[in-house]
Amino acid sequence: MKRALAIMVGAALILLLATLTLVVMPYLQMSAEQVPPDLKPYTEQQQRGRQVYIANGCVYCHSQQPRDPSFAPGDKARGWGRPSVPGDYAYDEPHLLGTMRTGPDLFNIGARQPSIDWQLMHLYNPRAIIKGSIMPSYPFLFRHVNEPAEGDKVVNIPPPYGPETGKIVATEDALALAEYMLALDHTYPAPTLPKAQPKSDEPKENRAP
Amino acid sequence: MTPTIAILLIITFVLSTVGLLLLIWSIANNQFSHGQAAARTIFSPGEEGHSEDPARPSDPTFTGNTSEQAAAIEARWTADQSSRTAVLTWLSSSVFWLLLGSFFGLASSMKMHLPDFLTASEFLTFGRIRPVHLNAVTYGWASMAGIGVALFLIPRLFKTSLAGGKYAVLGGFIWNIGLVLGLSAITLGLSDGEEWLEFPWQIDILFVIGGALCAIPLLLTAANRKVEHLYVTSWYLMAALVWFPFLFLIANLPFAFPGASGATVNWWFAHNVLGLWVTPIGIGIAYYMIPKILGKPIISYQLSLIGFWSLALFYSQVGIHHLIGGPIPTWLVTLSIVHSVMMSIPVITVAINHHGTMMGSFGRLKDSPTLRFVWIGALMYTVASLQGSMEALRSINVITHFTHYTVAHAHLGMYAFLSFILFGAVYFIMPRLTNWEWPWRKLISLHFWLVSIGILIYVVSLTIAGWKQGVALLDAAMPFMDIVKMTLPALQARTVGGALMTLGHLVFAFHFIAMLMRSGAATEQPTLFRPATKENAQ
Repeated sequence: MKRALAIMVGAALILLLATLTLVVMPYLQMSAEQVPPDLKPYTEQQQRGRQVYIANGCVYCHSQQPRDPSFAPGDKARGWGRPSVPGDYAYDEPHLLGTMRTGPDLFNIGARQPSIDWQLMHLYNPRAIIKGSIMPSYPFLFRHVNEPAEGDKVVNIPPPYGPETGKIVATEDALALAEYMLALDHTYPAPTLPKAQPKSDEPKENRAP
Repeated sequence: MTPTIAILLIITFVLSTVGLLLLIWSIANNQFSHGQAAARTIFSPGEEGHSEDPARPSDPTFTGNTSEQAAAIEARWTADQSSRTAVLTWLSSSVFWLLLGSFFGLASSMKMHLPDFLTASEFLTFGRIRPVHLNAVTYGWASMAGIGVALFLIPRLFKTSLAGGKYAVLGGFIWNIGLVLGLSAITLGLSDGEEWLEFPWQIDILFVIGGALCAIPLLLTAANRKVEHLYVTSWYLMAALVWFPFLFLIANLPFAFPGASGATVNWWFAHNVLGLWVTPIGIGIAYYMIPKILGKPIISYQLSLIGFWSLALFYSQVGIHHLIGGPIPTWLVTLSIVHSVMMSIPVITVAINHHGTMMGSFGRLKDSPTLRFVWIGALMYTVASLQGSMEALRSINVITHFTHYTVAHAHLGMYAFLSFILFGAVYFIMPRLTNWEWPWRKLISLHFWLVSIGILIYVVSLTIAGWKQGVALLDAAMPFMDIVKMTLPALQARTVGGALMTLGHLVFAFHFIAMLMRSGAATEQPTLFRPATKENAQ
């Protein structure tokens, strides 16, 4: 029993050490990091949109972390933005950094596609805007009505993607998700990056994602 | 960053001191001088040189030449029977979750190239069924089957009956309830939002309780053990059962780690689930099955212990290689890369033992299903681990990160390595628990070929496509949509591979149920231990 205990205690100690280096120390260092002054906290609606993003697993295809151009040149050159810093995520709980780029990085999607109509149409059916897209369509975030009521957000879907009669209106969830997309705009300068970003490198607008 | 460097230096110092102390302790306790004698603890007296393999009727079963040897074999039969209810609870559940997870995986794969397939319902959207797949196969299939096999091996390794098996049965029920609730929560859109940690933390408490209930029989049986030396398999199993609750608890602490530091905790956990939970279980099983079926001890017992401690030291710190290029401190990424490369030490020691023991016995792969599954699993462990060390290098990672290449690598590890070893173990265990032979040899063969060809198509197509995708992503001259189109054939091939694997699982599950119901004819060659007990009864 003594030896069995020794193995288990040894195993636990080693993991404790790893926890210190990979959990506690990064936490201490990163929570002391400066929050960029231009970063705005999420509004209630944007936070709700973020929950819709989590519930429907957008993170499994989209990252939110452009890499340094000196390391991975494609990220910035595609208009995904400057490399992100820990402070950019100060209001993110949980983090949504992502590990796949089946679709493009979304760290600055709000700057690339600032139109809410674009966002809603794209959510209803991505192929209505981008030919050959493999992103799922999200019809359950929309309602099909004959006559939109007052205050309904009507989304005009180009044929043949829309319904033959009636209108498509966005639900509160769809509006919140679209607002969250628009909030994903980190084009402000990061105070902790070594040097200021030259202006010409700012993400180009209206670039196809 | 001066304080950080100071802390790093202190930690490095503590690390080396702990390593040194462990080494001194090992030497002082004769861990190294046991040598080859310790490697033979898994055999009954006189059994060495005889294969213990249920699927080889032509091979004479070793029943003991003397009454003492026969008594040892009978004691083992008793030990096997003592774990019957507990093992069957965990294994039967795992087979159910394997089927469920396979269907969700296949549907996820189809949605990747058929984006309008099943989109009407939010419950079946890609972003929900994909995490259902991952959690069902990780916590349902791999973890439950792993615990089931561990519960079977513990009494055998300690040469005594399983004590406190009812706690493990109760733990199995709680674990299953956790899975039902957790997978439902994901389907309803209540995910916690971090990969590998999707289950809401309130539900995670059930897994901690279920797992802890399995630790009770482990400790009770260890206290009753009748062996002088603890064979290396028990080292791996004991460590895994210590590590998992610890990991799962810290990573699920609600609201403790916001923002970018949440990402480091997320990947510290996610890679440790692989490295400190399923890997030690997989390696530990192979360390038992390969020598048992060949009837000869592993070639270097000393190496196996070095492999164990170096795995613990290095694997526990590799997680942050999932965030290379991400918004976290560079020292942290570098630390994980260094440890990822150092992982080649335990991997090579394990490879020498697993494959070195096989030398000269490769012909046995022709008749033994258990050996074939387990050894191919062990081989894929070597391949997947060395590939993983390479993938952690910045120059490689800049290409493979964010691509389908990583998905192929993950399946090489979780499936071709771990699941193959678990399949092999189930083929070994079931006849000993049910006292019934596998009814249809051809079904075992069909299962093997379906899953082997399936995973081959899966890994090869996604590895190639993922690499091309990664190279293309670095060059902004290639439009994003062109890259998507380029990967489509591989995504379709993955559906073909996944469908074959799912079919294989259906065959496996059918055969498993047949075993539980004792279907088919009673074979001429009975289950291994029955002649022994009959002779002793006379």
